[in-house]
Amino acid sequence: MTIQERQQEIVEEFGLFDDWMDKYEHIIELGKSLPLIDSQHKNDEHLIRGCQSQVWLHAEPVEDRLQFTADSDAIITKGLISLMVRVLDKQPARDIATANLNFIDNIGLHDHLSPTRSNGLRSMVRQMKLYGVAQAAKQDFSSHG
Amino acid sequence: MARAREDFPILTDSMNDQPLVFLDSAASSQKPRQVLDAIEHYYEHTHANVHRGVYDLSQRATETFEQARKTMATYVNAYDEHEIIWVRGCTEGINLVASSYGQRLQKGDEILVSHMEHHSNIVPWQMLCERSGAELRVIPVTDAGELNLEAYRELLNERTRIVSVVHVSNALGTINPVAEITRLAHGQDAVVLIDGAQAAPHQEVDVQSIGCDFYAFSGHKMCGPTGQGVLWGRRSILESMPPYHGGGEMIERVSFSGTTYNTVPFKFEAGTPNIAGAVGLGAAADYLASLGLPAIEAFETELLNYATKQMSSIDGLRVVGTAANKHSVLSFLVADTHPYDIGTLLDKQGVAVRTGHHCCQPLMEHYGIPGTVRASFAFYNNHEDVDRLVAATQRAVRMLR
Repeated sequence: MTIQERQQEIVEEFGLFDDWMDKYEHIIELGKSLPLIDSQHKNDEHLIRGCQSQVWLHAEPVEDRLQFTADSDAIITKGLISLMVRVLDKQPARDIATANLNFIDNIGLHDHLSPTRSNGLRSMVRQMKLYGVAQAAKQDFSSHG
Repeated sequence: MARAREDFPILTDSMNDQPLVFLDSAASSQKPRQVLDAIEHYYEHTHANVHRGVYDLSQRATETFEQARKTMATYVNAYDEHEIIWVRGCTEGINLVASSYGQRLQKGDEILVSHMEHHSNIVPWQMLCERSGAELRVIPVTDAGELNLEAYRELLNERTRIVSVVHVSNALGTINPVAEITRLAHGQDAVVLIDGAQAAPHQEVDVQSIGCDFYAFSGHKMCGPTGQGVLWGRRSILESMPPYHGGGEMIERVSFSGTTYNTVPFKFEAGTPNIAGAVGLGAAADYLASLGLPAIEAFETELLNYATKQMSSIDGLRVVGTAANKHSVLSFLVADTHPYDIGTLLDKQGVAVRTGHHCCQPLMEHYGIPGTVRASFAFYNNHEDVDRLVAATQRAVRMLR
Protein backbone atom coordinates (compact mmCIF):
# COMPACT_ATOMS: atom_id res chain seq x y z
CA MET A 1 0.00 0.00 0.00
CA THR A 2 1.21 3.50 -0.75
CA ILE A 3 1.37 6.24 1.86
CA GLN A 4 -1.85 7.71 0.48
CA GLU A 5 -3.65 4.37 0.60
CA ARG A 6 -2.59 3.77 4.17
CA GLN A 7 -3.82 7.21 5.16
CA GLN A 8 -7.16 6.49 3.52
CA GLU A 9 -7.42 3.24 5.44
CA ILE A 10 -6.90 5.05 8.76
CA VAL A 11 -9.47 7.72 7.90
CA GLU A 12 -12.05 5.00 7.17
CA GLU A 13 -11.15 3.16 10.36
CA PHE A 14 -11.67 6.29 12.47
CA GLY A 15 -14.91 7.01 10.64
CA LEU A 16 -16.40 4.05 12.51
CA PHE A 17 -16.27 5.94 15.82
CA ASP A 18 -18.79 8.65 16.43
CA ASP A 19 -17.62 9.58 19.92
CA TRP A 20 -14.34 11.28 20.86
CA MET A 21 -13.77 8.99 23.79
CA ASP A 22 -14.12 5.96 21.52
CA LYS A 23 -11.54 7.44 19.16
CA TYR A 24 -9.16 7.89 22.07
CA GLU A 25 -9.86 4.39 23.31
CA HIS A 26 -8.68 3.23 19.89
CA ILE A 27 -5.61 5.49 19.95
CA ILE A 28 -4.64 4.11 23.35
CA GLU A 29 -4.95 0.56 21.99
CA LEU A 30 -2.76 1.51 19.02
CA GLY A 31 -0.22 2.95 21.44
CA LYS A 32 0.18 -0.46 22.99
CA SER A 33 1.02 -2.00 19.58
CA LEU A 34 3.69 0.54 18.58
CA PRO A 35 6.89 -1.16 17.34
CA LEU A 36 9.07 -0.16 20.29
CA ILE A 37 12.49 1.36 19.87
CA ASP A 38 15.28 -0.97 20.92
CA SER A 39 16.51 -0.09 24.41
CA GLN A 40 20.04 0.59 23.04
CA HIS A 41 18.58 3.43 20.93
CA LYS A 42 16.37 4.87 23.69
CA ASN A 43 18.90 7.56 24.53
CA ASP A 44 19.36 11.32 24.25
CA GLU A 45 20.54 10.99 20.66
CA HIS A 46 17.11 9.68 19.63
CA LEU A 47 15.11 11.85 22.02
CA ILE A 48 12.72 14.49 20.74
CA ARG A 49 11.96 16.66 23.71
CA GLY A 50 8.46 18.09 24.02
CA CYS A 51 7.20 20.30 26.78
CA GLN A 52 4.37 17.89 27.62
CA SER A 53 5.62 14.48 26.57
CA GLN A 54 8.77 13.03 25.08
CA VAL A 55 9.37 10.91 22.01
CA TRP A 56 12.19 8.60 21.03
CA LEU A 57 12.51 7.78 17.33
CA HIS A 58 14.84 5.50 15.42
CA ALA A 59 15.00 4.96 11.64
CA GLU A 60 16.68 1.91 10.12
CA PRO A 61 17.41 1.85 6.36
CA VAL A 62 16.23 -1.35 4.70
CA GLU A 63 17.29 -1.13 1.04
CA ASP A 64 15.67 2.04 -0.32
CA ARG A 65 13.12 2.11 2.47
CA LEU A 66 13.05 3.18 6.11
CA GLN A 67 11.85 1.17 9.05
CA PHE A 68 10.77 3.15 12.13
CA THR A 69 10.68 2.24 15.80
CA ALA A 70 9.73 4.69 18.54
CA ASP A 71 8.46 5.22 22.07
CA SER A 72 6.93 7.90 24.24
CA ASP A 73 6.27 8.39 27.94
CA ALA A 74 2.61 9.26 27.22
CA ILE A 75 0.33 6.58 25.81
CA ILE A 76 -1.81 8.91 23.66
CA THR A 77 1.35 10.31 22.09
CA LYS A 78 2.41 6.70 21.54
CA GLY A 79 -0.88 5.96 19.80
CA LEU A 80 -0.42 8.90 17.48
CA ILE A 81 3.17 7.86 16.75
CA SER A 82 1.88 4.42 15.96
CA LEU A 83 -0.40 5.94 13.31
CA MET A 84 2.51 7.87 11.80
CA VAL A 85 4.67 4.79 11.76
CA ARG A 86 1.88 2.75 10.18
CA VAL A 87 1.67 5.28 7.34
CA LEU A 88 5.41 5.76 6.73
CA ASP A 89 7.00 2.50 7.79
CA LYS A 90 8.92 0.64 5.07
CA GLN A 91 7.91 3.22 2.46
CA PRO A 92 10.44 4.46 -0.11
CA ALA A 93 12.64 7.16 1.47
CA ARG A 94 11.77 9.59 -1.33
CA ASP A 95 8.02 9.19 -0.65
CA ILE A 96 8.56 9.70 3.08
CA ALA A 97 10.48 12.91 2.41
CA THR A 98 7.62 14.40 0.38
CA ALA A 99 4.63 12.83 2.15
CA ASN A 100 1.59 15.01 2.71
CA LEU A 101 0.23 13.68 6.01
CA ASN A 102 -3.33 14.93 5.74
CA PHE A 103 -4.92 11.99 7.57
CA ILE A 104 -4.32 13.62 10.96
CA ASP A 105 -6.48 16.53 9.84
CA ASN A 106 -9.07 14.22 8.38
CA ILE A 107 -9.58 12.29 11.60
CA GLY A 108 -9.80 15.49 13.63
CA LEU A 109 -6.55 15.13 15.54
CA HIS A 110 -4.81 18.13 14.07
CA ASP A 111 -4.54 19.88 17.45
CA HIS A 112 -2.08 17.23 18.62
CA LEU A 113 0.31 18.47 15.95
CA SER A 114 -0.05 22.14 16.82
CA PRO A 115 3.10 23.84 18.08
CA THR A 116 1.36 24.86 21.31
CA ARG A 117 0.74 21.23 22.30
CA SER A 118 4.46 20.68 22.45
CA ASN A 119 4.15 16.93 22.90
CA GLY A 120 7.10 16.14 20.63
CA LEU A 121 4.87 14.85 17.85
CA ARG A 122 5.29 17.76 15.47
CA SER A 123 9.07 17.58 15.74
CA MET A 124 8.87 13.84 15.30
CA VAL A 125 7.06 14.12 11.97
CA ARG A 126 9.69 16.60 10.82
CA GLN A 127 12.40 14.20 11.95
CA MET A 128 10.84 11.26 10.07
CA LYS A 129 10.81 13.32 6.88
CA LEU A 130 14.40 14.43 7.45
CA TYR A 131 15.43 10.78 7.72
CA GLY A 132 13.62 10.29 4.40
CA VAL A 133 15.48 13.20 2.79
CA ALA A 134 18.85 12.00 4.07
CA GLN A 135 18.26 8.42 2.94
CA ALA A 136 17.07 9.52 -0.51
CA ALA A 137 20.16 11.75 -0.90
CA LYS A 138 22.41 8.88 0.08
CA GLN A 139 20.80 6.67 -2.57
CA ASP A 140 21.22 9.38 -5.21
CA PHE A 141 24.83 9.74 -4.26
CA SER A 142 25.60 6.02 -4.49
CA SER A 143 23.74 5.54 -7.77
CA HIS A 144 25.51 8.49 -9.38
CA GLY A 145 28.74 8.14 -7.47
CA MET B 1 -20.89 33.50 46.34
CA ALA B 2 -22.84 30.90 44.36
CA ARG B 3 -24.48 33.72 42.37
CA ALA B 4 -21.09 35.13 41.33
CA ARG B 5 -20.80 32.36 38.73
CA GLU B 6 -23.56 34.07 36.76
CA ASP B 7 -21.30 37.12 36.29
CA PHE B 8 -19.01 35.10 33.99
CA PRO B 9 -20.45 34.75 30.48
CA ILE B 10 -17.87 32.18 29.33
CA LEU B 11 -18.91 29.69 32.01
CA THR B 12 -22.15 28.93 30.16
CA ASP B 13 -20.16 27.94 27.04
CA SER B 14 -19.24 24.42 26.10
CA MET B 15 -15.97 22.73 25.20
CA ASN B 16 -15.84 19.62 22.98
CA ASP B 17 -19.66 19.52 23.07
CA GLN B 18 -19.72 19.32 26.88
CA PRO B 19 -20.62 22.09 29.32
CA LEU B 20 -17.32 23.76 30.17
CA VAL B 21 -15.75 22.97 33.54
CA PHE B 22 -12.98 25.55 33.85
CA LEU B 23 -10.30 24.45 36.32
CA ASP B 24 -7.33 26.43 35.05
CA SER B 25 -7.75 29.73 36.87
CA ALA B 26 -4.19 29.61 38.20
CA ALA B 27 -3.04 30.04 34.59
CA SER B 28 -5.57 32.78 33.90
CA SER B 29 -8.92 33.55 35.46
CA GLN B 30 -12.13 34.19 33.57
CA LYS B 31 -13.62 37.69 33.39
CA PRO B 32 -16.89 38.88 34.91
CA ARG B 33 -19.38 41.05 33.04
CA GLN B 34 -18.44 43.98 35.35
CA VAL B 35 -14.87 44.03 34.01
CA LEU B 36 -15.91 43.59 30.39
CA ASP B 37 -18.41 46.44 30.79
CA ALA B 38 -15.83 48.75 32.38
CA ILE B 39 -13.43 48.25 29.46
CA GLU B 40 -16.16 48.72 26.88
CA HIS B 41 -17.48 51.83 28.64
CA TYR B 42 -13.99 53.26 28.80
CA TYR B 43 -13.44 52.88 25.05
CA GLU B 44 -16.95 54.08 24.20
CA HIS B 45 -17.00 57.18 26.38
CA THR B 46 -13.67 58.03 28.03
CA HIS B 47 -10.72 57.14 25.84
CA ALA B 48 -7.95 59.62 25.02
CA ASN B 49 -4.26 59.57 25.83
CA VAL B 50 -3.51 60.25 29.48
CA HIS B 51 -1.36 62.93 31.15
CA ARG B 52 -1.19 64.79 27.81
CA GLY B 53 -4.22 66.70 26.68
CA VAL B 54 -5.69 70.00 27.82
CA TYR B 55 -9.15 68.96 26.72
CA ASP B 56 -11.89 67.54 28.90
CA LEU B 57 -11.85 64.00 27.47
CA SER B 58 -8.14 63.56 28.11
CA GLN B 59 -8.62 64.88 31.63
CA ARG B 60 -11.36 62.34 32.27
CA ALA B 61 -9.26 59.51 30.81
CA THR B 62 -6.40 60.54 33.12
CA GLU B 63 -8.69 60.67 36.14
CA THR B 64 -10.14 57.23 35.35
CA PHE B 65 -6.64 55.83 34.85
CA GLU B 66 -5.32 57.33 38.08
CA GLN B 67 -8.43 56.23 39.97
CA ALA B 68 -7.56 52.65 39.00
CA ARG B 69 -4.10 53.19 40.50
CA LYS B 70 -5.74 54.31 43.76
CA THR B 71 -7.96 51.24 43.69
CA MET B 72 -4.91 48.98 43.41
CA ALA B 73 -3.16 50.89 46.21
CA THR B 74 -6.14 50.14 48.45
CA TYR B 75 -6.24 46.54 47.22
CA VAL B 76 -2.74 45.80 48.58
CA ASN B 77 -2.88 48.38 51.40
CA ALA B 78 -0.02 50.47 49.96
CA TYR B 79 1.11 53.56 51.85
CA ASP B 80 0.06 55.69 48.87
CA GLU B 81 -0.89 55.29 45.23
CA HIS B 82 2.47 56.54 43.93
CA GLU B 83 3.91 53.21 44.98
CA ILE B 84 1.78 51.42 42.36
CA ILE B 85 3.69 50.95 39.10
CA TRP B 86 1.73 49.67 36.13
CA VAL B 87 3.49 46.78 34.40
CA ARG B 88 2.38 44.18 31.88
CA GLY B 89 2.20 41.50 34.52
CA CYS B 90 4.01 39.87 37.40
CA THR B 91 6.86 38.81 35.10
CA GLU B 92 7.56 42.36 34.02
CA GLY B 93 7.37 43.54 37.64
CA ILE B 94 10.12 41.11 38.63
CA ASN B 95 12.18 42.01 35.57
CA LEU B 96 11.85 45.71 36.39
CA VAL B 97 13.29 45.17 39.87
CA ALA B 98 16.04 42.85 38.58
CA SER B 99 17.01 45.35 35.87
CA SER B 100 16.76 48.54 37.87
CA TYR B 101 17.39 47.75 41.51
CA GLY B 102 19.76 45.02 40.31
CA GLN B 103 22.20 47.61 38.93
CA ARG B 104 23.62 48.08 42.40
CA LEU B 105 24.59 44.41 42.75
CA GLN B 106 28.14 43.26 42.22
CA LYS B 107 30.37 40.22 42.44
CA GLY B 108 30.18 38.61 45.84
CA ASP B 109 26.55 39.59 46.40
CA GLU B 110 23.93 36.88 46.77
CA ILE B 111 20.31 36.57 45.66
CA LEU B 112 17.99 34.05 47.29
CA VAL B 113 15.02 32.42 45.61
CA SER B 114 13.22 29.20 46.50
CA HIS B 115 13.08 25.85 44.74
CA MET B 116 9.33 26.28 44.14
CA GLU B 117 9.62 29.48 42.08
CA HIS B 118 7.98 29.97 38.71
CA HIS B 119 10.52 30.47 35.91
CA SER B 120 9.59 34.16 35.98
CA ASN B 121 11.11 34.43 39.45
CA ILE B 122 14.25 32.50 38.52
CA VAL B 123 15.39 33.60 35.07
CA PRO B 124 15.44 37.41 35.64
CA TRP B 125 17.76 36.78 38.62
CA GLN B 126 19.96 34.40 36.63
CA MET B 127 20.27 37.12 34.00
CA LEU B 128 21.17 39.64 36.71
CA CYS B 129 23.79 37.23 38.08
CA GLU B 130 25.33 36.95 34.60
CA ARG B 131 25.53 40.74 34.35
CA SER B 132 26.71 41.47 37.87
CA GLY B 133 28.66 38.43 38.96
CA ALA B 134 26.27 37.95 41.90
CA GLU B 135 25.36 34.41 42.94
CA LEU B 136 21.88 32.86 42.93
CA ARG B 137 21.18 30.57 45.88
CA VAL B 138 18.16 28.36 46.38
CA ILE B 139 15.99 27.76 49.45
CA PRO B 140 15.07 24.05 49.50
CA VAL B 141 11.53 22.68 49.62
CA THR B 142 10.28 19.84 51.82
CA ASP B 143 8.49 16.76 50.44
CA ALA B 144 5.15 18.24 51.45
CA GLY B 145 5.97 21.31 49.36
CA GLU B 146 6.79 23.78 52.11
CA LEU B 147 9.83 26.00 52.31
CA ASN B 148 12.56 24.70 54.56
CA LEU B 149 12.82 27.73 56.84
CA GLU B 150 15.70 26.30 58.80
CA ALA B 151 17.76 26.04 55.60
CA TYR B 152 16.61 29.55 54.65
CA ARG B 153 17.99 30.94 57.91
CA GLU B 154 21.33 29.29 57.18
CA LEU B 155 21.44 30.59 53.61
CA LEU B 156 20.85 34.18 54.74
CA ASN B 157 24.02 36.12 55.44
CA GLU B 158 25.52 39.58 55.13
CA ARG B 159 26.13 39.03 51.39
CA THR B 160 22.40 38.43 50.72
CA ARG B 161 21.12 41.51 48.88
CA ILE B 162 17.79 40.32 47.49
CA VAL B 163 15.33 37.65 48.63
CA SER B 164 12.64 36.89 46.05
CA VAL B 165 10.02 34.35 47.01
CA VAL B 166 6.58 33.34 45.84
CA HIS B 167 3.63 34.09 48.14
CA VAL B 168 1.52 31.17 46.86
CA SER B 169 3.00 28.42 44.68
CA ASN B 170 1.31 28.05 41.28
CA ALA B 171 2.27 24.38 41.00
CA LEU B 172 1.57 23.22 44.56
CA GLY B 173 -0.75 25.81 46.11
CA THR B 174 1.52 26.25 49.16
CA ILE B 175 1.04 29.53 51.03
CA ASN B 176 4.45 30.69 52.21
CA PRO B 177 5.00 32.60 55.48
CA VAL B 178 6.06 35.75 53.64
CA ALA B 179 5.98 38.06 56.68
CA GLU B 180 8.45 35.84 58.52
CA ILE B 181 10.59 35.40 55.41
CA THR B 182 10.72 39.19 55.09
CA ARG B 183 11.53 39.77 58.75
CA LEU B 184 14.48 37.37 58.57
CA ALA B 185 15.78 38.93 55.33
CA HIS B 186 15.57 42.43 56.77
CA GLY B 187 17.70 41.18 59.65
CA GLN B 188 20.49 40.95 57.04
CA ASP B 189 19.49 44.21 55.31
CA ALA B 190 18.38 42.35 52.18
CA VAL B 191 15.44 43.71 50.20
CA VAL B 192 12.48 41.40 49.68
CA LEU B 193 10.36 40.87 46.59
CA ILE B 194 7.21 38.78 46.89
CA ASP B 195 5.71 37.21 43.76
CA GLY B 196 2.02 37.57 44.51
CA ALA B 197 0.58 36.27 41.23
CA GLN B 198 -1.30 33.41 42.91
CA ALA B 199 -2.10 35.23 46.14
CA ALA B 200 -3.72 38.44 44.90
CA PRO B 201 -6.76 36.61 43.43
CA HIS B 202 -7.44 34.52 46.52
CA GLN B 203 -6.84 36.47 49.73
CA GLU B 204 -6.43 39.91 51.23
CA VAL B 205 -2.95 41.22 50.50
CA ASP B 206 -1.44 43.72 52.93
CA VAL B 207 2.04 44.83 51.92
CA GLN B 208 2.39 46.82 55.13
CA SER B 209 1.80 43.84 57.38
CA ILE B 210 4.00 41.58 55.21
CA GLY B 211 6.67 44.27 55.46
CA CYS B 212 8.24 43.43 52.08
CA ASP B 213 9.87 45.94 49.73
CA PHE B 214 8.31 44.85 46.42
CA TYR B 215 5.13 42.95 45.64
CA ALA B 216 4.37 41.95 42.04
CA PHE B 217 1.20 40.45 40.60
CA SER B 218 -0.74 40.00 37.36
CA GLY B 219 -4.19 41.37 36.63
CA HIS B 220 -5.33 38.56 34.37
CA LYS B 221 -5.20 36.00 37.17
CA MET B 222 -7.55 38.13 39.30
CA CYS B 223 -10.40 38.67 36.84
CA GLY B 224 -8.69 41.58 35.07
CA PRO B 225 -7.62 41.80 31.43
CA THR B 226 -4.38 40.31 30.10
CA GLY B 227 -1.37 42.58 29.68
CA GLN B 228 -1.81 44.56 32.88
CA GLY B 229 -0.25 43.98 36.27
CA VAL B 230 1.12 45.80 39.25
CA LEU B 231 4.48 46.22 40.87
CA TRP B 232 4.13 47.72 44.32
CA GLY B 233 7.36 49.09 45.74
CA ARG B 234 8.36 50.93 48.87
CA ARG B 235 8.58 54.57 47.82
CA SER B 236 11.99 55.36 49.26
CA ILE B 237 13.48 52.40 47.39
CA LEU B 238 11.65 53.20 44.16
CA GLU B 239 13.00 56.75 44.30
CA SER B 240 16.55 55.48 44.66
CA MET B 241 16.24 53.22 41.60
CA PRO B 242 17.32 54.18 38.05
CA PRO B 243 14.68 54.15 35.27
CA TYR B 244 13.79 50.88 33.55
CA HIS B 245 12.64 51.84 30.03
CA GLY B 246 13.26 55.21 28.42
CA GLY B 247 10.70 57.19 26.46
CA GLY B 248 7.86 59.62 26.85
CA GLU B 249 6.03 60.08 30.16
CA MET B 250 9.01 58.92 32.23
CA ILE B 251 10.92 62.18 31.77
CA GLU B 252 10.86 65.57 33.44
CA ARG B 253 12.81 67.38 30.76
CA VAL B 254 14.65 66.09 27.69
CA SER B 255 17.54 67.83 25.98
CA PHE B 256 20.55 66.57 24.09
CA SER B 257 22.78 67.88 26.82
CA GLY B 258 21.01 65.65 29.34
CA THR B 259 17.62 64.42 30.47
CA THR B 260 16.02 64.51 33.89
CA TYR B 261 13.45 61.96 34.97
CA ASN B 262 9.90 62.16 36.18
CA THR B 263 8.92 61.24 39.73
CA VAL B 264 7.74 57.84 40.96
CA PRO B 265 5.75 56.00 39.59
CA PHE B 266 5.91 57.74 36.18
CA LYS B 267 9.68 57.32 36.02
CA PHE B 268 9.01 53.62 35.44
CA GLU B 269 6.15 54.00 32.97
CA ALA B 270 7.68 54.97 29.63
CA GLY B 271 5.30 55.36 26.69
CA THR B 272 1.54 55.38 26.51
CA PRO B 273 0.36 52.95 29.18
CA ASN B 274 -2.23 50.19 28.80
CA ILE B 275 -5.00 52.55 29.92
CA ALA B 276 -7.89 50.20 29.24
CA GLY B 277 -5.95 47.44 31.00
CA ALA B 278 -5.61 49.60 34.10
CA VAL B 279 -9.31 50.49 33.97
CA GLY B 280 -10.21 46.80 33.63
CA LEU B 281 -7.92 45.78 36.47
CA GLY B 282 -9.34 48.49 38.70
CA ALA B 283 -12.83 47.17 37.93
CA ALA B 284 -11.65 43.63 38.72
CA ALA B 285 -10.25 44.72 42.09
CA ASP B 286 -13.52 46.52 42.86
CA TYR B 287 -15.45 43.42 41.88
CA LEU B 288 -13.38 41.11 44.11
CA ALA B 289 -13.62 43.59 46.98
CA SER B 290 -17.41 43.71 46.58
CA LEU B 291 -17.57 39.92 46.97
CA GLY B 292 -15.15 40.24 49.88
CA LEU B 293 -11.70 38.64 49.81
CA PRO B 294 -12.23 36.84 53.16
CA ALA B 295 -15.47 35.35 51.79
CA ILE B 296 -13.69 34.32 48.57
CA GLU B 297 -10.91 32.71 50.57
CA ALA B 298 -13.32 30.79 52.81
CA PHE B 299 -15.36 29.57 49.83
CA GLU B 300 -12.30 28.45 47.88
CA THR B 301 -10.74 26.71 50.87
CA GLU B 302 -13.90 24.65 51.34
CA LEU B 303 -13.92 23.85 47.62
CA LEU B 304 -10.26 22.78 47.64
CA ASN B 305 -10.85 20.56 50.67
CA TYR B 306 -13.85 18.96 48.98
CA ALA B 307 -11.88 18.40 45.77
CA THR B 308 -8.90 16.95 47.63
CA LYS B 309 -11.14 14.54 49.51
CA GLN B 310 -13.11 13.42 46.44
CA MET B 311 -10.08 13.04 44.18
CA SER B 312 -8.16 11.10 46.84
CA SER B 313 -10.75 8.33 46.52
CA ILE B 314 -9.37 7.56 43.04
CA ASP B 315 -7.17 4.48 43.18
CA GLY B 316 -3.49 5.37 42.73
CA LEU B 317 -4.00 9.13 42.85
CA ARG B 318 -1.27 11.06 44.60
CA VAL B 319 -1.58 14.72 45.49
CA VAL B 320 1.63 16.65 44.80
CA GLY B 321 1.88 19.45 47.32
CA THR B 322 0.38 18.67 50.71
CA ALA B 323 1.35 21.78 52.65
CA ALA B 324 -0.72 22.64 55.72
CA ASN B 325 -1.70 26.00 54.20
CA LYS B 326 -2.81 25.94 50.57
CA HIS B 327 -4.83 28.00 48.12
CA SER B 328 -6.96 26.72 45.27
CA VAL B 329 -4.48 24.37 43.58
CA LEU B 330 -4.80 20.59 43.36
CA SER B 331 -1.78 19.10 41.59
CA PHE B 332 -1.87 15.36 41.16
CA LEU B 333 -0.51 12.26 39.46
CA VAL B 334 -2.21 8.93 38.96
CA ALA B 335 -0.06 5.80 39.13
CA ASP B 336 0.77 4.26 35.73
CA THR B 337 -0.58 7.22 33.77
CA HIS B 338 1.05 10.28 32.22
CA PRO B 339 -0.28 13.80 32.96
CA TYR B 340 -0.58 14.53 29.23
CA ASP B 341 -2.86 11.54 28.73
CA ILE B 342 -5.11 12.47 31.65
CA GLY B 343 -5.26 16.11 30.49
CA THR B 344 -6.16 15.11 26.93
CA LEU B 345 -8.98 12.83 28.07
CA LEU B 346 -10.31 15.44 30.51
CA ASP B 347 -10.36 17.98 27.67
CA LYS B 348 -12.52 15.68 25.56
CA GLN B 349 -14.93 15.45 28.50
CA GLY B 350 -15.20 19.24 28.79
CA VAL B 351 -12.86 19.66 31.76
CA ALA B 352 -10.07 22.25 31.33
CA VAL B 353 -6.97 21.55 33.43
CA ARG B 354 -3.32 22.30 32.97
CA THR B 355 -0.75 19.54 32.55
CA GLY B 356 3.03 19.62 32.52
CA HIS B 357 5.68 21.36 34.57
CA HIS B 358 3.70 24.61 35.15
CA CYS B 359 6.82 26.68 34.38
CA CYS B 360 8.45 25.16 37.47
CA GLN B 361 10.96 22.75 35.94
CA PRO B 362 13.37 22.86 38.91
CA LEU B 363 10.50 21.93 41.24
CA MET B 364 9.42 19.00 39.05
CA GLU B 365 13.04 17.87 38.93
CA HIS B 366 13.13 18.03 42.72
CA TYR B 367 10.18 15.64 42.90
CA GLY B 368 11.58 13.51 40.05
CA ILE B 369 8.34 13.76 38.04
CA PRO B 370 7.68 14.88 34.43
CA GLY B 371 4.92 17.18 35.58
CA THR B 372 1.48 17.00 37.12
CA VAL B 373 -2.15 17.43 36.26
CA ARG B 374 -3.25 20.65 37.92
CA ALA B 375 -6.82 21.55 38.70
CA SER B 376 -7.03 25.10 40.03
CA PHE B 377 -10.14 26.68 41.45
CA ALA B 378 -11.77 30.06 41.76
CA PHE B 379 -14.87 31.31 43.58
CA TYR B 380 -16.89 30.80 40.36
CA ASN B 381 -16.36 27.05 40.55
CA ASN B 382 -18.63 24.79 42.58
CA HIS B 383 -19.08 21.25 43.87
CA GLU B 384 -20.62 20.20 40.57
CA ASP B 385 -17.37 21.19 38.79
CA VAL B 386 -15.43 19.04 41.25
CA ASP B 387 -17.81 16.11 40.73
CA ARG B 388 -17.35 16.40 36.96
CA LEU B 389 -13.56 16.44 37.46
CA VAL B 390 -13.71 13.30 39.61
CA ALA B 391 -15.95 11.42 37.16
CA ALA B 392 -13.88 12.47 34.15
CA THR B 393 -10.61 11.51 35.84
CA GLN B 394 -12.04 8.13 36.84
CA ARG B 395 -13.08 7.45 33.26
CA ALA B 396 -9.69 8.57 31.92
CA VAL B 397 -7.85 6.32 34.36
CA ARG B 398 -10.03 3.34 33.42
CA MET B 399 -9.14 3.90 29.76
CA LEU B 400 -5.44 4.35 30.37
CA ARG B 401 -4.77 1.37 32.58
